[in-house]
Amino acid sequence: MVFSLAIAGIFISNYVVVQFLGICPFLGLSKKVDSALGMGVAVTFVMVLASLITYPIYTYIMLPNGIEYLEIIVFIFVIASLVQILEMVIRKMSPSLYKAMGVYLPLITTNCAILGVAEINLTYELVTGVFSAALNGLFSGIGFTLAIVILAGLREKIDKLPTPKHMRGFPISMITAGIMAMAFYVFTFITM
Amino acid sequence: MKVKELALDGIVRQNPALKLVLGTCSILALSNEAINGLGMGAAVTFVLICSNLVISILRNIIPDKVRIPAFILIIATFVTVVKMLLYYLGSKSAAIMGIYNAMGVFLPLIVVNCIILARAESFASHNTIGLSVMDGLFMGIGYTVALTLLGAVREILGNGSIFGVALWNFKIAFFTTPAGAFMTYGMFIALFTFVYDRIVRKQKLGGAKILKPKTTEV
Repeated sequence: MVFSLAIAGIFISNYVVVQFLGICPFLGLSKKVDSALGMGVAVTFVMVLASLITYPIYTYIMLPNGIEYLEIIVFIFVIASLVQILEMVIRKMSPSLYKAMGVYLPLITTNCAILGVAEINLTYELVTGVFSAALNGLFSGIGFTLAIVILAGLREKIDKLPTPKHMRGFPISMITAGIMAMAFYVFTFITM
Repeated sequence: MKVKELALDGIVRQNPALKLVLGTCSILALSNEAINGLGMGAAVTFVLICSNLVISILRNIIPDKVRIPAFILIIATFVTVVKMLLYYLGSKSAAIMGIYNAMGVFLPLIVVNCIILARAESFASHNTIGLSVMDGLFMGIGYTVALTLLGAVREILGNGSIFGVALWNFKIAFFTTPAGAFMTYGMFIALFTFVYDRIVRKQKLGGAKILKPKTTEV
């Protein structure tokens, strides 16, 4: 199960290039490999924590009490508070970690990959409990980091090339992402 | 006059999908068919109008320090409303149920759609109620038009049909894949920028009147 979750999360249904989750930081932030890696690690960390918290809240509190229609409001509040608390804790505990990761934390609340993993955990057939939900968060985060780092590396090179005026910026990044998506499409032929 | 400016801003000069490039996740995912794009556009427009309305009513009451959580709470409420409404309508008509299922996880994800928070932060939180509703409407229309057009192009090329009506048997399956989504959208933005620059140069349409939204979403 761990293996299936890993292969599915990182390659087959990669959050960025296959499921279109977290495109905004993917296009907006990934111009340098270092900052892309920092963002990826921060997102992965929050994804695991968000899965660990939202899955039990939904399964053991909201579902038995028949208030599952509040999921959107509850999830976004859990994620927003989680990010806020995390920022304060990291700032107090480890200034060096805060320097590396802290700047990305406020951006994470509105990253759709985080709310996406919380929502996907509820319907994903491989997620059967809190542990597998956290694993799904971990591997999806690794997949996100992989995609964002690859694109950052490509863009570092592309920015130096002569591109037509109207293709600069977003269009050329989209085309690059499209070529990446083609490469990732090969993984859909894997069956487990 | 003010309405005309707002309409031009929302649909052309500040088009959320083609000029500001916000809310890309749902654009890429729901542009596989024209009808899905239209459905997503309608849902976003509804949330945008309602959240702009409530935020501009409460703009003097919400303390500045907690405004972002307050905005998110308001937006999340309306997204829940849309989700319940679509589910109810879907139980009456199979076509709407199809759109509801196609939206899937992207329906709750309207909460973190950058356009809505960006308009709340940059427009509704310091403009009157009427203007804010207008802004929500035109931004929503701009988003819907772009998303439906993109969906139509991908559906015609990839599926040989438009709005579910079959046209011919010539199909390029590439356009239905994620790679096709990225590339078609990229070409759309490039084409829009090209045409827009031409028009601005010829007619002196002028740049955007409203400042580029400072958004917390990246």
